[in-house]
Amino acid sequence: MTRLALLLCLAVLALFTASLAVGPAGIGVGEGLAALVAGGDGPVPLVMREIRLPRALLGVMIGASLGLAGAALQGYLRNPLAEPGLIGVSGAAALGAVLALQTGLAATLALGLPLAALAGAGTGVLLILMLAGPRGGSITLILAGIAISALAAALTSLVLNLSPNPYAASEIVFWMMGSLADRSMTHVWLALPFMVAGWVALATLGRGLDALTLGEDAAEAMGVRLRRLRLTLVLGTAAVVGAATAVAGAIGFVGLVVPHLLRPLVGAQPSRLLWASALGGAAMVLAADLAVRLVLPERDLKLGVLTAIVGAPLFLHLIYKTRAEMP
Amino acid sequence: MWGCVRLSRVITLGLALAVAGAGAMAEPARVVSINLCTDQLAMLLAAPGQLVSVSDLAADPVSSAMADEARSYPVNHARAEEVYLLHPDLVLAGRYTARATVDMLRRTGIEVVEFAPANSLSDTRDRIAQMAALLGREAEGAALIARFDADLAALQAASGDAPRAALYHPNGYTLGAGTLANDILRAGGFANVAAELGHHGGGTLPLEALVMAAPDLLISAETLPGASRSEEVLVHPALEDLRASHAALRIASPDWICGTPHLLGAVEGLVAVRQTLDGAGR
Amino acid sequence: MTLLSVDHLSVMLRGRAILRDVSFRVAEGDCIGLIGPNGAGKTTLMRAALGLLPATGTSSLAALPPDMRARAAAWMPQARQIAWPVTVERLVMLGRTPHLRGIQGPKPADHAHVEAALATMGLHHLRHRTAMRLSGGEQAMVLIARALAQDTPLLMADEPIAGLDPANQIATMRVFARLAGEGRAVIASIHDLGLAARHCTRLILLGEGGIVADGPPAEVLTPDHLARIFRVTAHYAQTAQGPVFQPLEVIE
Repeated sequence: MTRLALLLCLAVLALFTASLAVGPAGIGVGEGLAALVAGGDGPVPLVMREIRLPRALLGVMIGASLGLAGAALQGYLRNPLAEPGLIGVSGAAALGAVLALQTGLAATLALGLPLAALAGAGTGVLLILMLAGPRGGSITLILAGIAISALAAALTSLVLNLSPNPYAASEIVFWMMGSLADRSMTHVWLALPFMVAGWVALATLGRGLDALTLGEDAAEAMGVRLRRLRLTLVLGTAAVVGAATAVAGAIGFVGLVVPHLLRPLVGAQPSRLLWASALGGAAMVLAADLAVRLVLPERDLKLGVLTAIVGAPLFLHLIYKTRAEMP
Repeated sequence: MWGCVRLSRVITLGLALAVAGAGAMAEPARVVSINLCTDQLAMLLAAPGQLVSVSDLAADPVSSAMADEARSYPVNHARAEEVYLLHPDLVLAGRYTARATVDMLRRTGIEVVEFAPANSLSDTRDRIAQMAALLGREAEGAALIARFDADLAALQAASGDAPRAALYHPNGYTLGAGTLANDILRAGGFANVAAELGHHGGGTLPLEALVMAAPDLLISAETLPGASRSEEVLVHPALEDLRASHAALRIASPDWICGTPHLLGAVEGLVAVRQTLDGAGR
Repeated sequence: MTLLSVDHLSVMLRGRAILRDVSFRVAEGDCIGLIGPNGAGKTTLMRAALGLLPATGTSSLAALPPDMRARAAAWMPQARQIAWPVTVERLVMLGRTPHLRGIQGPKPADHAHVEAALATMGLHHLRHRTAMRLSGGEQAMVLIARALAQDTPLLMADEPIAGLDPANQIATMRVFARLAGEGRAVIASIHDLGLAARHCTRLILLGEGGIVADGPPAEVLTPDHLARIFRVTAHYAQTAQGPVFQPLEVIE
């Protein structure tokens, strides 16, 4: 157990360092890290501190957020197919973010962008819980997710197409697929408070999610306050997914792949899966973002493309496996 | 395709001359232009009443250097049906105008001439001459070219080491060697950093590479109304640092897009910046 | 001492009265079989008494805050839900949830309770198996062990022995009887009236929207009650091996 934690931490650390070391500027690893720590004038510290550091930090933050949110949603819904991207939570967050940008809310209110994305994500989670709560089967969950995703995507496209800015319409792909390219420390500071609050909220759910393994009735009889748990889940998920989507677009499948891979390693216990998925999610997003830069450096390949290439086949596999028990 | 709208406008504009053999025919009486750059060339050269319609882009000040002039013409949206209903005997298009539109117009028996984009100052002269020949306005064309050359000569920038300038547009789009913007930079007395880094044509310049290249002058497009993530990179803290320590210029695009004498406005702006830089004792 | 007192409890579900004005008390040493035909409201009564269903009237358990209630009564629902492939041992440990404090993990005392529960239900050989992949009967035994590990004065179980083989049914009923003998109390809804008659100290017969009879098995399983509530005839005799009860015919 502690060995797994250590391994995941090492993986995150290694990928974080690699993320700092890789870039088109061709800065030596040692030179870059020295400039990062020591600072100073000239272009190298600027590149390290203002371009690579925020990208790597956001990779960790967003990955941890998506992994954690996926594990928490799965624990609550008792369904391994629940994932913020697939069930429309990220899409709804993207809609909130796009609305904030295009209405000018993001420009007039300092936290307008993440708040609007949070509101969008919260609406998405609430809809999912209403339509496919813990008693709903896999099919309900997937169908509700498809509907919410499609609606959010359509409205996002509509808003962007109506924008007076000629670039806006070309950014539909970014909001659907996500990217960490050219993000800055501004984005880190914008997302961090929401994410920290969300992480803390979701981390408190462990014991309740464990008890829910036995069903709502048994959990409630074991002293779990379900209403409070549900509210914490909605707010925590909305905060982390909203903040992540506001700065990097909707990155799918992280919350599906990571908990699935790590579940056997934590004895399937939902509480242990929470922190493991947070670390695993950070590692996955860092790795995907590295791949984006190494495979096609010139193309601004979207992060979500890579996570979907890895995640979608796994999703199909999971559907195949759970097919028998679907209502 | 999504990548750079302004670029696609540039391209739409610029590209056209292949079917210039029309000189033998009588000059056309009803000309419709469906491309931003042919719009402007035609407005500069056509006889009164000869040009029937220009594209809506020509009337959009975001992309057009002649938006005011364009307002006195009916605009079209470069769709085959509306163009056909104008009964043109000549349609002016860019080489990258929607293929389907051009083919459709040709099938209805309308002559369509496609202009290649101007990728240099000398291309610009060729396009003016080509347009003049098509419209049967050779004398006006020759005069326009002569005036263009004279104005350009008058703007010749200071000699000596050219400061290095980088074009950095939304989505990190830059223009390297073999582009009209490259020639404009040179005429304004600057060396193009993107060309120096080996960029040919348009392409993405990673922010890191730009910061490492530390250009003397950073040229970026002005922010357009409405919000976009593409433009966010133009206010990235790393760029703001660069702007604080080096010179920076925010430009409006119209003068930089089309091979017309209006590009001299862009050259003029650069010459002025060069003078300030030289004056600052670099 | 009274472990549960229910007074004038009434439950309406979707505008229909399921239970009306039900009152009873559970004392230390009671091993209660909750009997009644399908739809009589056995599950509803137990859930309402726990406060898991909105009800009018009072229940001493429902009045407690959730964490105190969880240390006063354990509840084994009828639906045998096990959502994740956790091991038997870990699943039984979930019963310790109400006793864990803050973010701390289980303490030696918690492990001891788990060991005891596994031993009581004879599950030691299955402890490292994945609970989800056990047979239905084995899962039921594991879930009973989970409820035992909660270590509460009162255990409430909804059809705990349904689907068990005869040996496990009898063993489980003996476990319940032993718990009662130790000064705890058990309420288990049960359809096998023979087992109920043999092992319970007290039967509560539900029907017609309330409690029809409440008392020792011999006073509850009367021919009149069996005919009126269950619509069956039965053979009921006290033998040298204890009471024997066998339903015979359906009364048309």
